[in-house]
Amino acid sequence: MKRQFLLLLLLCFAVAAPLATAQTAEDSPLSGEAAVAVSPAPGPVSNIQLKDTDNDHGHSVTLSWEISPDDGAGLNNVIGYEIHRALSPEGPFVKRAGVPAGSHSHVDVGSKEESSPDYMKDYIDYYYKIRTITADSAVNAESTVAGPIQSYGQWFNTGRVPVLIFVACFLALTLYFINRAKGGADLYVRPLAGIGAVDEAIGRATEMGKPILYVLGLGTAADIATIASYTILGRVAKKVAEYQTGLIVPCYDPIVMTVAQETVKASYADAGRPDSYKEDMVYFVTQSQFAYVAAVNGTMLRDLPATNIYMGKFYAESLILAETGALAGSIQIAGTDEIAQIPFFVVACDYTLIGEELYAASAYLGREPLLLGSLKAQDYAKAGVILIALVGFILLNFGVDGFKEFFFVSN
Amino acid sequence: MDAFSIGTYLWTTFGAFLTLCIFSFLYRDNPFYKFAEHLVVGVSAGYFVIILWHNGLQPNLFNRLNDGDFYLLWLNSARPWYLIPGILGVMMWTRFSRKKSWISRYPIAMYMGIAAGIAVPLEMKNRVNVQLYSAMKNVEWNNFFGTGILDSGSAVAQLIILIGTLSALFYFFFSKEHSGLFKGVARFGIWILMIGFGASFGYTVMGRISLFVQRIQYVGNWTETSWAHPSVLVIWFLIVGVFALLLLLEFIKFLTKRRTAAS
Repeated sequence: MKRQFLLLLLLCFAVAAPLATAQTAEDSPLSGEAAVAVSPAPGPVSNIQLKDTDNDHGHSVTLSWEISPDDGAGLNNVIGYEIHRALSPEGPFVKRAGVPAGSHSHVDVGSKEESSPDYMKDYIDYYYKIRTITADSAVNAESTVAGPIQSYGQWFNTGRVPVLIFVACFLALTLYFINRAKGGADLYVRPLAGIGAVDEAIGRATEMGKPILYVLGLGTAADIATIASYTILGRVAKKVAEYQTGLIVPCYDPIVMTVAQETVKASYADAGRPDSYKEDMVYFVTQSQFAYVAAVNGTMLRDLPATNIYMGKFYAESLILAETGALAGSIQIAGTDEIAQIPFFVVACDYTLIGEELYAASAYLGREPLLLGSLKAQDYAKAGVILIALVGFILLNFGVDGFKEFFFVSN
Repeated sequence: MDAFSIGTYLWTTFGAFLTLCIFSFLYRDNPFYKFAEHLVVGVSAGYFVIILWHNGLQPNLFNRLNDGDFYLLWLNSARPWYLIPGILGVMMWTRFSRKKSWISRYPIAMYMGIAAGIAVPLEMKNRVNVQLYSAMKNVEWNNFFGTGILDSGSAVAQLIILIGTLSALFYFFFSKEHSGLFKGVARFGIWILMIGFGASFGYTVMGRISLFVQRIQYVGNWTETSWAHPSVLVIWFLIVGVFALLLLLEFIKFLTKRRTAAS
């Protein structure tokens, strides 16, 4: 009856749509003509300072100035400032941006692409002037010309020193624990339901004689979630090869597909069944989000896989995929680091790996020293972060600001 | 309403028809859905080839080699180093040959290496440094409740953010068994996460409903334009007729099945 009801709903919608009357929004009358008053010109901005923007790749100049005496005081008629730039002090000056009243600074960022009309060449002289504007376009005040200034890029972003320190510390921890794992140390990892379910799901698919659908998500090959997903795919493919179960891997990104093909091929070889590997197990669909979803949904309903595994980066398609999989009666295991999509997987899947559990899953499944060592290092790094946050919080609330500022990272 | 040509009417009608085809998936997999699915996959694949050419290859490779002119003068280019990514791209095509497909592993390895190099500091900055900095808050103790408990400026809200962040981190300890006090903190952490997920779920569902309303408005706007063209309406009612026939057939099938079961 459910199907008939849905079809009836569709029919009602189809019949009702042409009968629907279009809403015609009444044009709201304008509130009347603004009163035009002749106002005296405001004072110009002063003390314009120019400098190349710090810690960038070039093509940018930072301006700062002292606001007009009539901005928020005096005549109080300033509504903003226009930034104008030229290649010589005589001009011609071109408007680059507008900023609201009260602004003291602006970063003029040009394009680094030579083909772009907004291209801003490095190592040439630029001149700036700032026009103070009022509600009356005829009433404004221009500053004196400031310059010359040249833009250029920096090799080292000093604003990101804390990132360098954190990466170095994490690298040291990882190397230390990898060495310990290689030395035979027993590194404990607590069990996770979602990871244990992977092996069960493969077994179920084998018993049912149905394939496993593995979705790598919409991420590029560069996304960390996708990289973690390759490791899990490798493990799944190895089991699938051992049990001689079917595997379907539809891909969104061509590079991801290429890496996935190599991963699956290597797993089949590891399992001692290189001949069972078929190129069309891993295939490219399209790079359009919802077209990809439509195709995967169709596969779910036509091939009826016993298990659907979603591991990687997912966006708005997460619920559509998981909901269709649930309707098809498949066991579903999902894992993503996209926080906004985790709720959808939680409601529609049997098991969900939340955020970092996805990264940990590869270590659980592989049990290789390299991955176990990095997992252990992650835990110590987390402990460090908790400690720093607590110490920073306490110090800050006792009036010591310096500790927090040490961790500030600029863009 | 602007005057549309008959072509526009037909295209919008086709759009409305495809909308219904996709919605028919709610009923079950059917030829209408299959048609729409294959059409959108095919069109999007073709579309992205053109996009890749115009937004990727042409501006980032060919134009840079030729300074805007599309001639085979690349070796005389002022920037011949752009040939390197071009060659790496061509190496990917060796995947079409079984014997030479190993060559494609080099550009893949290069891509993965560069990607990891970019991703590691970026993830460390965005997911660790920035969040750590934000977690260290100077609590306004004299503004304990603010204008309400959900006032983000209040001390209570700031303490919830700090405690929630830290306890959620406890949940993600993998190398320690969750027992005793540790278990309590981790459980509190997962509760905080679930509350966050619930809020996120509700927010996104509202977004999806607005998308649905947008589709209905599309069909509604289509009706507004189509009244002027009875020929388009004829097509529309043909579509509705097919759907009605489908419903009738399904209903007959349902009745037959029930009778068979009863006998």
